[in-house]
Amino acid sequence: MMQKLPTWADVVLVPLISLLLAAFVSALVLLAIGQSPSEALKVMVEGALVSPYGWGYTLYYATSFIFTGLAVTIAYHAGLFNIGAEGQAQLGGLGVALVCLALPWPHWTLALPAAMVGAALFGAAWAAIPAYLQAKRGSHIVITTIMFNYIASALLIYILVEVLRPDGQMDPASARFPAGTKLPTLHEIPGLSLIFTKQVPANVTLFIALAACVVIWAILWRTRLGYEIRAFGKSEAAARYAGISPVKVTMIAMLISGALAGLMAINNVMGESERLLQNASEGAGFIGIAVALMGRNHPLGVLLAALLFGFLYQGGAELGLWTSIPIELRTVVQGLVILFTGALDQMVRMMLGVVFRTRRPQAA
Amino acid sequence: MDYATFLQILDTTVRLATPLLLACLAGLYSERAGVFDIGLEGKMLMAAMTSAAVAALTGSVWVGLAAGILGALLFALVHGLASITFRGNQLISGVALNFVASGITVLIAQDLFGQGGRTPPLSGGARFNAISLPFVDSLSVVPILGPMYREVISGHTFLVYVAAALVPATWWLLYRTRFGLRLRAVGENPASVDTAGVSVIRLRFTAVLITGVLCGLAGAYMSTGLQAGFGREMTAGRGYIALAALIFAKWRPWQALGATMLFGFFQALALRPDVIAKTGLSIPVPALDALPYILTVVVLAGIVGKAIPPRAGGEPYVKER
Amino acid sequence: MQGQGTLGRQASAAPFAIELRGISKAFGPVQANKDISIQVAKGSIHGIIGENGAGKSTLMSILYGFYKADSGEILIDGKPTTIPDSQSAIRAGIGMVFQHFKLVQNFTVLENVILGAEEGAMLAPSLSKARKVLGDLAREYELDVDPDALIEDLSVGHQQRVEILKALYRQADILILDEPTGVLTPAEADHLFRILNGLKDQGKTIILITHKLREIMEITDMVSVMRRGQMVATVTTAQTSPEELAELMVGRKVLLHVHKDPATPGAAVLEVENLRVVDDQKVERLRGISLTVRAGEILGIAGVAGNGQSELLEVLGGIAKGSGTIRLNGKELDLTGKFSDGRSRRADGIAHVPEDRQVLGLIMDFSAWENVAFGYHHAPEYQKNALFMDNDAIRADTEKKMATFDVRPPIPTLAAKNFSGGNQQKIVVAREIERNPDLLLIGQPTRGVDIGAIEFIHKQIVALRDQGKAILLVSVELDEIMSLSDRIAVMFDGRIMGERDPATTNERELGLLMAGVGGESA
Repeated sequence: MMQKLPTWADVVLVPLISLLLAAFVSALVLLAIGQSPSEALKVMVEGALVSPYGWGYTLYYATSFIFTGLAVTIAYHAGLFNIGAEGQAQLGGLGVALVCLALPWPHWTLALPAAMVGAALFGAAWAAIPAYLQAKRGSHIVITTIMFNYIASALLIYILVEVLRPDGQMDPASARFPAGTKLPTLHEIPGLSLIFTKQVPANVTLFIALAACVVIWAILWRTRLGYEIRAFGKSEAAARYAGISPVKVTMIAMLISGALAGLMAINNVMGESERLLQNASEGAGFIGIAVALMGRNHPLGVLLAALLFGFLYQGGAELGLWTSIPIELRTVVQGLVILFTGALDQMVRMMLGVVFRTRRPQAA
Repeated sequence: MDYATFLQILDTTVRLATPLLLACLAGLYSERAGVFDIGLEGKMLMAAMTSAAVAALTGSVWVGLAAGILGALLFALVHGLASITFRGNQLISGVALNFVASGITVLIAQDLFGQGGRTPPLSGGARFNAISLPFVDSLSVVPILGPMYREVISGHTFLVYVAAALVPATWWLLYRTRFGLRLRAVGENPASVDTAGVSVIRLRFTAVLITGVLCGLAGAYMSTGLQAGFGREMTAGRGYIALAALIFAKWRPWQALGATMLFGFFQALALRPDVIAKTGLSIPVPALDALPYILTVVVLAGIVGKAIPPRAGGEPYVKER
Repeated sequence: MQGQGTLGRQASAAPFAIELRGISKAFGPVQANKDISIQVAKGSIHGIIGENGAGKSTLMSILYGFYKADSGEILIDGKPTTIPDSQSAIRAGIGMVFQHFKLVQNFTVLENVILGAEEGAMLAPSLSKARKVLGDLAREYELDVDPDALIEDLSVGHQQRVEILKALYRQADILILDEPTGVLTPAEADHLFRILNGLKDQGKTIILITHKLREIMEITDMVSVMRRGQMVATVTTAQTSPEELAELMVGRKVLLHVHKDPATPGAAVLEVENLRVVDDQKVERLRGISLTVRAGEILGIAGVAGNGQSELLEVLGGIAKGSGTIRLNGKELDLTGKFSDGRSRRADGIAHVPEDRQVLGLIMDFSAWENVAFGYHHAPEYQKNALFMDNDAIRADTEKKMATFDVRPPIPTLAAKNFSGGNQQKIVVAREIERNPDLLLIGQPTRGVDIGAIEFIHKQIVALRDQGKAILLVSVELDEIMSLSDRIAVMFDGRIMGERDPATTNERELGLLMAGVGGESA
C-alpha cells in the first residue's frame, strides 16, 4: 500500500528531489570522466545567470521550451503523450519561412501576426494526422508522433534542398527573410535595453510565450473546453457518459498542442536565425517533455522548468566553450530529469514517504 | 537494373537489415512480456559505444562484444527498475534513457579517446570480419542461385548469421517452450501468471534483460561489424525503425524478419540514387528514408490489417484484491 | 451429516481442512480483517457470507498468498502452514476461482490449464498429459470443455469451468470460489452446484464466498457470516434461516421492503420500440427491445448481469449508438447522429445514474465540486460569461447538494476517490436527481453502498416517482427490484422475456425468466 503524501510535498518536493537526483547522477558522471562537478556548475552559472548577456541566451532558450513544454502539457491533460512536438516545431518553422518569404514585409508588427498564424497552422496540421488516427482508428499516438518526427525531418530536407534553397547556395537552407520581418531583441526594446546592453537572441517572442502560459492555464482550468480535456484525460469512459466527444477533445487538444509547438518557430526561425535551417528546432520539442514533466503539467511549473532548462542549455554551451566537458552533458541531464520525474516518480514518492512516516511520530 | 546490381542491393539490404532485425527481436521479447520499450535506440547506441571502445582498447572484438552487451544490459536494468519495480511510465522511461544514452556515449568516448566523441577506427581483430561460407566458389557456377549465394548469403560478419539464427530460435522459444508460454501469458494477462504461482516480476525482468542482450548485439554490430568504430548518434533512429518493424510484424518473429528486410531494402535503395534514376521514376531520397515510418503509420491506421499489441502492454502489474 | 453439532470435539480426531486462528489484516487505517477464526471441515461445502466490503475477499486473498496477514495462524490439515505466495497456496492444495477470471484470452483451454504447472521446459509433453487429465475430469465431474477452444470464444460459464479445471489439474483439495454465480444464469449456476456437489462427494473441501443468501441455503453445509472485517457467527446451514443470516450480515433487522404508496402512473414518458445495439465486436447485445415507462412509475429491469441491461442504459443515456425507436414525451430521439450523445440526452430531460459510478459516473481524481458539474458543465447557471465557467457558483451548488443529501464529509474540494462508496453514490444521485429530469435511468443504485445509504437512496428514488417522474431501474439484486419496482421486466440475452407485477410474481418465476425459460415474447 502506498503511503499518501501531503499535496504540497507531491507538487513541490517530488520534482525538486527528482531534480536533485538528476543533478547528483550527473555529478557522478562528471566525476567518472575526471571532471569537477563544482567547477562545471560554476562555469554554467557564470555563463548563464550572472551577466545580462548570459540571461539573454537563457531566456532565448527558455522561450522555446515554454512553447514545447505547454504543447506537451495540454496533450498530457487529454491523456495523450505527444512526443511529436519536435516534428511539429519543424513544420512550424516551415510555416514561418513561407509567410516571411511570401511578401516584402514592411514592418515586424505586420509580419509577426501573419508568421504566428503560419507557424501555428503548420504545427497543428502536423499534429492533426496522428490525432485523427488516434481518435478514429485508435492508433497509438506515441508511436505515430515518433514516426511523424522522422517523416517531418525527411520532408524538411527535401523542401530545403529542392524547393526553398536559393540558386547557387550550397547549404540546405532557405533564403534570408526580408528585413521587415526582423523581431526586436530584448537589447532593442526601450527600457529593457538598459539591462541588456549587448545584442542577445532573446526577443519579443518571450512575451508571447508568457502570454501563452496564461492562456493555456485559463483554457485548462477556467473553460468548458479545458474541463472536457481534463475529464477525458482522466477517464475516456466517464467522458463519454458525460456527453464529451472523445474525437472532438482528442482533435482539439492535439491541434492546440501542435500549434504551440509550431509557435516555437517564431522564436528560433524568425527571431534568431532569420532563415529556415535544417533541424532548426534542435531537439527543443523533446526538451518540452522534460519541461512538462518537471513542471507537473501546470503552466506556472512549465515556466519555471523552462527557465531551468534554459539555464541548463546556455550553461551547457558555455561548458563546451570554456571546458573540455562535451556539450552533450545537457542531453544527459535532460534524460535524467525525464527519468526521475516521469518514470521513477514512484521511487521518489516512496523515499519521501519514508521521510514523512519517520517524521510523524516525532511531530505528534 | 541488371542482376549483379540487384545482388549488390540485396547484399546491402542484408547488412542494413541485421541491426534492425536484432533490435526488433529485442523489442519483441520485452513487449510480448507486456513492457513497452521505446528505448531500443538508446540501448543500441550505448552498446555501439561500449563495444567499439573496449574493442579499441583491448584489440579484441569479442571482449568488445561482451562490453556492448553489458552496456545495453545496464540500460535495460534501469528500464526494468523504472517500469517493473517502481511501476513507472514505460514510455517516458524509454524516452528518457534514449536521451541519456545519446549524451553519455559522447561524454565517455570523448573522455577515453578525445576524438570529438568518436572511437578510433577499428581494424583487424578489433572488428568482425566477413565470413566466407563453404562451397562459395564451387557453387558459383550454378546459374542465378550461385551468385546469389556468393553475394547475398555468404560474406557477412558473424553477427549477421547470429541474427538470422535468432529468428527460428525466438519462434521456437516463444511457441514451443514453457518459458515462451509464460512470456506470452504475462504480456496478455499478468494476473493469470501470478495466480498460477509464477512471479510476474521475475518473468518481466528476464524478458527485459533478453531485450538488453539483443540490443547489445545490435549495437555491437553497428560499430564493429557494419562500421569500423563508434560515432555520435551512429544508430540514427534505427531503434525506432526496429520498433516500427515490430508493429509492422505484429509482434511475431518470422514477420519481424520480413519487415526488417523490407525496411533494410528501402535503406539500401536510398544509398543507390543511381539505380533509382535508371528506373525513370523520380523518387527523392528523403522519401525512401521516410518510407519505413510512413508504412508503420499506415499499419497503425489499420489500413492493412490491424496491429493489436499484447493486451497488458504498457501497464504495470498491480495485484488485485 | 451426523455429528455436525459436535465438530469442536471431533477436532482432535479428524483435523480440519483449513483452520484460521486470529487472522488480522489492516490496509493503512482500514482494518479489513480483525481477529478472524474459522474451521472448515474436510469434504464439506462451507459458505462465507457478508456484505460488500465485509472483508471476505481479503480473507481469501490471505489464504491464497496474495496478502500477508498482520497476525494470526493458518492450519492446513491440522498443520501450521505459512502461505507467502500463490505458489505455496497451490502446493498446500488450495485452488482459487476468482470473481474476475485469470485466463489468457487468446490462449487455448489447454494452454491456460498448464500455465504455471508445466512439466519440464518443453510444452509438448505437458499439453498431451493435460489433454488426457482434462478428459478424465470432464467425465468425472460434468466439466466438459473443448480443450483446443480459445478462451475468448467460450461463454462465461465455460470459462469458469476452465478455472475449476485449472485448480483440479493442480490437484487442489480445497477449492475457493469467490462470488461464482454473479455472472451466471440460474441454469448455469445449477450446473455449477452439481459440479461442486460432485467434488464434495470425492472428498474435496469447498469454500463458497457469496453475498447471496439463496445460494448459501441451497448448497452449503456450514456458513460463516462476516461483518465489517469480523467473523460474527458460524452456524450449521440446516439450522438457520435467510432472515437470521441477513440480520447477522447487517447487524440489525433488515427492512426487506421499502415503504411506498401504490403508483399512480400518468402518460407514457419513455417509449422504446424494437431497440437494437451491436457492440464493437459486432455482437448484437440488444435484440429488439420494446418497453414503456410512464410518469410516476418505476419500471424495474431484472436479469443476470451481461444480458443487455448495461447496453440498454447506455443507449438511452447517449453512451452507445443503436437502432430502432426511442420516444421521450412523444418526441423521437436521435440514436446514431449528432444528437445521440449524453449531452443531448440531458438536454432532453434524461438523467442517468450509471451502473459503475467509479468508471462512468465520477472522475475519481476530480474534486467533489468538479464532479457535481460533470455532464452538466454546459448548464447556464455554471457559466460566468460566454468564455469562462463560474467555479464559485458550482462550489456553492455543491455545498447545497451535500447538505441536502447528507454527504460526508461535506467538503466540496475533496477528491471523489476520498469519499466512501455510499457517499460517492450520493454525490452522483444528488447531481442527477436535483436536475429534476423527466426520466431517471438508474443502474445498480446500491452496489457497494452501506446499509444506511441504501435506505436513503431508495427513499430518494421513490420520492422522485411520487413527484410524477418516470424511472427506469436496472439491478441484478432481485430483492431490490422486487421492493422498488411498480412493474418488472426481465431481460435475457438482449431481449425482454416478459413483464410481471411485483405484487403477484415471485423469485422463482422471475428466476426462470432470467434463465430464458418461458416468457411471452420471443
